[in-house]
Amino acid sequence: MLNVPDETVNPVEPFLRSDRMPHIWCPGCGIGTTVNSFVRALIESKVDLESLALVSGIGCTGRVAGYMRLDSFHTTHGRAIPFATGLKLANPKLNVVVYSGDGDLSAIGGNHLIHAARRNIDLKVICVNNLIYAMTGGQSAPTTPSHATTSTNPYGTFEPAFNLPHLVDAAGAVYIARWTTFHVRQLARSISEAFQKKGFSFIEVISPCPTLYQRRNKMGDGLDTMKYYKEKSKVKNGAPTGEVGLTLNGEIAVGKFVDRDRPDYQSMMRWQYVEALGERYIEEPEMECVCG
Amino acid sequence: MFCDAHHTAVHSIRRIITPYLGVVITLQLGALVGKGRVSIVVERCKACGFCVEFCPTHVLALSSAFNSKGYHPPHVVHPEKCSGCDLCGMYCPDFAIYGSKTPEAKTQKASGGEK
Amino acid sequence: MKADPHGVLTGTHFLDGDHACCEGALAAGARFAAGYPITPSTEVVERFAARVPTVGGTFIQMEDELAASIALQGGVWGGAKAFTVTSGPGFSLMMEHIGYAAMTETPCVFVDVQRGGPSTGLPTLPAQADMMQARWGSHGDYEIIALCPNSPQECFDLTIKAFNLAEEFRIPVMFMMDEVVGHMTEKVVIPPADQIDVVPRKHTHKSVEDYLPYGTNGDQVPEMAHAGEGYKFHVTGLTHDERGYPNMTPQVQDKLVRRLQSKVRVAADRICMFEEDRLEDADVVVVSYGITSRVAQRAIDLARERGLQVGKLRLITAWPFPDKKIASLAAHIKAFVVPELNLGQMVREVERAAAGRAKTFSVPHAGGGVHNPDEILNAIVEASRC
Repeated sequence: MLNVPDETVNPVEPFLRSDRMPHIWCPGCGIGTTVNSFVRALIESKVDLESLALVSGIGCTGRVAGYMRLDSFHTTHGRAIPFATGLKLANPKLNVVVYSGDGDLSAIGGNHLIHAARRNIDLKVICVNNLIYAMTGGQSAPTTPSHATTSTNPYGTFEPAFNLPHLVDAAGAVYIARWTTFHVRQLARSISEAFQKKGFSFIEVISPCPTLYQRRNKMGDGLDTMKYYKEKSKVKNGAPTGEVGLTLNGEIAVGKFVDRDRPDYQSMMRWQYVEALGERYIEEPEMECVCG
Repeated sequence: MFCDAHHTAVHSIRRIITPYLGVVITLQLGALVGKGRVSIVVERCKACGFCVEFCPTHVLALSSAFNSKGYHPPHVVHPEKCSGCDLCGMYCPDFAIYGSKTPEAKTQKASGGEK
Repeated sequence: MKADPHGVLTGTHFLDGDHACCEGALAAGARFAAGYPITPSTEVVERFAARVPTVGGTFIQMEDELAASIALQGGVWGGAKAFTVTSGPGFSLMMEHIGYAAMTETPCVFVDVQRGGPSTGLPTLPAQADMMQARWGSHGDYEIIALCPNSPQECFDLTIKAFNLAEEFRIPVMFMMDEVVGHMTEKVVIPPADQIDVVPRKHTHKSVEDYLPYGTNGDQVPEMAHAGEGYKFHVTGLTHDERGYPNMTPQVQDKLVRRLQSKVRVAADRICMFEEDRLEDADVVVVSYGITSRVAQRAIDLARERGLQVGKLRLITAWPFPDKKIASLAAHIKAFVVPELNLGQMVREVERAAAGRAKTFSVPHAGGGVHNPDEILNAIVEASRC
């Protein structure tokens, strides 16, 4: 507990459900670090917290929703994005953030990821990529680099990994960035930028899983991994997303890869209906029909 | 001996949770006042070492004290070097530490006499 | 409260069950639907897609049933009344999210226009073989309410009832149509909006400080808030306490899951709707639901003409199952006859509730068509002789 005899407050604290601290993440896990950047971005972009909704899936990163003092939804595995889509369509005034892990978003949730990007649903997706299914004990994920050791590939993986920025780029995302948990300020800035955009934003954050991924691959602890990120990262803003794939020991391309504009889903929907129906189109339903 | 050191260290951790005391002490010694100060939530710390490593002015080190979970929380070893940049807070995955600018730094006055 | 007139297509119409169901949803106040096409349910959302832009609201065709079944719940938490429609294969895909709705107490409606199964089965032909699945399809202990319309008119009326029950009990309601009811066209009378009773969302009036998302103050059903209203609440599918925080202990599990069960069971008498006919002097009671009840009616009438003392119990509410009604009938009749478009599902419930005091005769049908009334009549005759 905080036994500080002074009046300063951690800037992150008001955003946390302090009554649920300490959290369950391991020593050296980077998820908490990403939360700091997220909160910084909320503060700097002056996002209205009352109209912010946070949606997570299942997994270690999925637990973020439960620790944040916001309207937050811990949904089913892989389905944070469609839930978020429903939230946003029912109440377009909401700012909806999806905060989930690589397995949740790109494996079981992969279909929803690409369709939301295709539709350009106005969502800000923060994908914490620790290259593994951490919560369940370190199984291979679609993002696990080839030849890494995991619990379901005990002799090393032999599948190529997804290049997530490339995947969502092809699907149509309008803002794509990747940072690591070392890049705390750059990550906060990217998240802030995403809040200024309308459409599907995807921010990948490479993060340590010292207990499982790093340990099984003899890559040290969380701090070793942070130093590794510092050494191996190369800022390549605007790089073609096809070239930013990750390998077991190779360079980690970071930066803002895509920042483009195209109409978001709700804008396109509105235009189409206005075109087809003119004045007959009713955009906002009467909400009294729900609550009376 | 170990017990004593432990006891002393913990005692000093609890007190030097803000280097307020440090500030007062250094003031009394006529040393430089740090522009920032660090607050540590001892019980949340898991001794990952991020704050120690990434503090740009090497204000922190892991202490020899233990919190109730058995981790060594950091402590401030160079309070005068703290700029209040809060990079420690940005890096900490456990929300166990944060930096802030001292009121003096904020108002750019070098006065003493805090609590 | 009364229905919002924007969604009520007052008048006398000639509609099939699917279309009438859509009108029922609109009349009930549904303003969000997420769907995925599957025969024979697709027309419900096709009509919704055509109607909702001029009523106010949104339809989105999602990429699969997994997405549709959770998107509608996002819509609910965003402030709308929401539903989806599907048939067997899609219903199976939706099971995880039906459990999520039950666990998070998200009021919503799942329409299943049943068709032949298992698997791809008979996409364009009827069955009633998802009845047990409606009750037990998701994992864990939870309750649902299931309604069975037997006409396009009921597809309108009972859809409104489904939404009302969903809101009252904060529960997913299964609307168990079948392909015949869905595709048969009959007269549907839609009254004026001020004659339609609609249950509003059980929205909290508490302050942000006092509000507990899953606190009940003695009532079994907690009050709800929507995202964007400043309550900063948390919703999770993990076992949770009254604050909505994950709390994974046996004690919290027991308290939560028992309440999810009892909130329906204590109100079962009120929820259970059925249609009775000539039960007072009956030796044999035909228990049926959905389209089969229309065929059974013919069989019952034929049997009465022959002097057999047959009564009708039509289940409008299939779940919770009307145990008490069956038990009280079992005390004074010889037998139940249970025709269904499946190889014996609700008949098991009848047997269970009868507890051996009356015999039970199943009249199964593998699906793909409806019974010939003679099949049911023969069973009635056999039951009368026992």
